[in-house]
Amino acid sequence: MNIVVCVKQVPEPTGTNRMDPNSLRIVREGIDAVLDPADEFSIEAALQIVEAQGGTVTVVSMGPTRAAEAIRRGLAMGATQGIHISDPALSGSDALTTAKVLAAAIKRTNPDLVLCATESSDAYTGMVPGGIAHFLGLPQLTFAKKLTVANGKATIQRQIEGGYQTVEAALPALVTVTGSINTPRYPALKGIMQAKKKPVEQLTAADLGFGPDEVGQKGAKERVLGWQPAEQRKAGQVVKDDGTAATVIADYLASIKVI
Amino acid sequence: MAKIWVFAEIAEGKVHRVSLELLTKARELGEVTAVALGPGASNHTAMLGEYGANRVLVHEDSAYAEYLAEPAAQTLGELVTKENPDLLLIGTTYNGRDIAARLNARLNCGVITDGASITLDGTSLKVSVPWYSATTLVDVTIEGGTTKLVLVRPKSFTSEKLVTPITPQVESLNITFDNSVKRAHIVESVVQKSEGPTLEESTVVVSGGRGLKQAENFSLLTALAEQLNGAVGASRAVVDAGWVPYSYQVGQTGKTVKPNVYIAAGISGAIQHTVGMKGAKYIIAINSDADAPIFKFADLGIVGDALKVLPALTEEIKKRKG
Ligand SMILES: Cc1cc2nc3c(=O)[nH]c(=O)nc-3n(C[C@H](O)[C@H](O)[C@H](O)COP(=O)(O)OP(=O)(O)OC[C@H]3O[C@@H](n4cnc5c(N)ncnc54)[C@H](O)[C@@H]3O)c2cc1C
Ligand SMILES: Nc1ncnc2c1ncn2[C@@H]1O[C@H](COP(=O)(O)O)[C@@H](O)[C@H]1O
Repeated sequence: MNIVVCVKQVPEPTGTNRMDPNSLRIVREGIDAVLDPADEFSIEAALQIVEAQGGTVTVVSMGPTRAAEAIRRGLAMGATQGIHISDPALSGSDALTTAKVLAAAIKRTNPDLVLCATESSDAYTGMVPGGIAHFLGLPQLTFAKKLTVANGKATIQRQIEGGYQTVEAALPALVTVTGSINTPRYPALKGIMQAKKKPVEQLTAADLGFGPDEVGQKGAKERVLGWQPAEQRKAGQVVKDDGTAATVIADYLASIKVI
Repeated sequence: MAKIWVFAEIAEGKVHRVSLELLTKARELGEVTAVALGPGASNHTAMLGEYGANRVLVHEDSAYAEYLAEPAAQTLGELVTKENPDLLLIGTTYNGRDIAARLNARLNCGVITDGASITLDGTSLKVSVPWYSATTLVDVTIEGGTTKLVLVRPKSFTSEKLVTPITPQVESLNITFDNSVKRAHIVESVVQKSEGPTLEESTVVVSGGRGLKQAENFSLLTALAEQLNGAVGASRAVVDAGWVPYSYQVGQTGKTVKPNVYIAAGISGAIQHTVGMKGAKYIIAINSDADAPIFKFADLGIVGDALKVLPALTEEIKKRKG
């Protein structure tokens, strides 16, 4: 089983994010960046499959030089090898270009299974995986909370409103996973040491056949016009419970005519 | 007049409420065409007219219900290529997202996800998108003359029937699928029917977080919700801990709710949670930590032990109701 997992490095999700007022881009310098926690679930899912059935797990990421750290983290968890697509020309790419570039890199590995998270923690467009599936000509199984691969088929339990669906497709296929699929392992010290020696292929946009004008900010179809801080709610009254909290809340509910 | 298209999602024999919200918005922007796909789709054309569709394109093929994304993306792709509408609006639902992603790639068009407001000046589009868990609103546009794809989360706009409903012009599509789009096969659908109002529709939501200490204590919320005829929600921390299913989760990666009253018990108020509930009209928070971030925007904050306050409140309401 040859599995490719798409991973992304994102600003520390619990940190404060900012926009640069001049470039209208996310400030990434001086901000802690991590392997997107959402991607740990897909790496774990891939590892569990190859541990049971044999095969390789390739983590692929498109991102600046330091996105290599996110790839290393995937390797430390147990992935076999990495692909890092890094090129200043790619900076500012939109979801569609990201999908095209990732698909071009993934195609060269001829995978049986491609895994993505449902949405990234910083952009959360959820558009990249479906795009990759389209450009690779694969079916997409989405929002998986359970995944089994057997007899040339992938079967998932797909999260839906108020329940789930069982959905299957013949391999090769692309699957997006949710946070309820497994509990990702923590990389062991041994894994971290081994990760340093695992191969990571470096690719540029040109290596994948893209000209500088069709990718990055130039190739993006969306344009940011400006931004403003969103209106925030204000604090109301805060009361320390002295045994009468239930009355205080009930009075409040009565005042707004809920009871 | 601008040509605005809305993907009218049919789910469990009903038009998904987000599609009605989108129709309501769309009729402000131009002339509205709704695309309704799947078995039984033609039963809903009158309703689509009530919310603003001037025209409905219908295709009743079982493939839409049996296979994920690809049949719908193919049909929408062909229609959009032929008629080149200015805008195609799709709700951010499980199916809507899948279809939109595939369609975006197929049409090689621009896409804006998470639209919170949409304006169209001639053909020039401006969409506000909340970033960083809604601390910043970013205005985004797509240039060029081809169809622009905009995704909108449920509850971003309100749905409202027209005073004088439109009787839409209905066109049945003549399309046949080959097997190339019949790949991600839905073998079974299991919908767990819950009692009481749903999280998205309820006017009262009572949510619990890690401060409730253990799964069993969620029954305190259920008891209170029952008294208030409300629905029960949860923070991600307790969903991840397995106390309640994912369908309870409120927030960035869960549901967006906009009830009249939101009661948060033992929830710290992390930005990824509050983004899903701060549209509530009134917010009441119960938290033992006076410095909990949720007190920064709750209308009424109680510094106290939720395990004591919740049952006392349930009793108090019972008493007052007599
Ligand atoms: C990319 C990303 C997406 C996320 N998406 C979501 C999402 O969709 N929804 C979501 O909810 N979270 C989401 N999170 C997680 C979020 O950041 C928080 O971790 C989570 O909301 C915390 O849940 P909590 O408030 O229940 O737990 P905690 O933060 O642990 O808070 C528990 C609170 O309970 C209080 N408490 C303790 N004991 C008592 C008591 N006896 N009585 C009253 N109060 C008590 C404590 O003072 C504390 O404030 C996301 C995180 C990331 C990184
Ligand atoms: N730059 C990237 N490199 C690798 N994978 C990515 C990248 N961007 C998005 N993905 C994958 O696509 C998923 C959804 O991302 P998004 O469409 O941005 O919400 C992510 O969780 C990743 O699995």
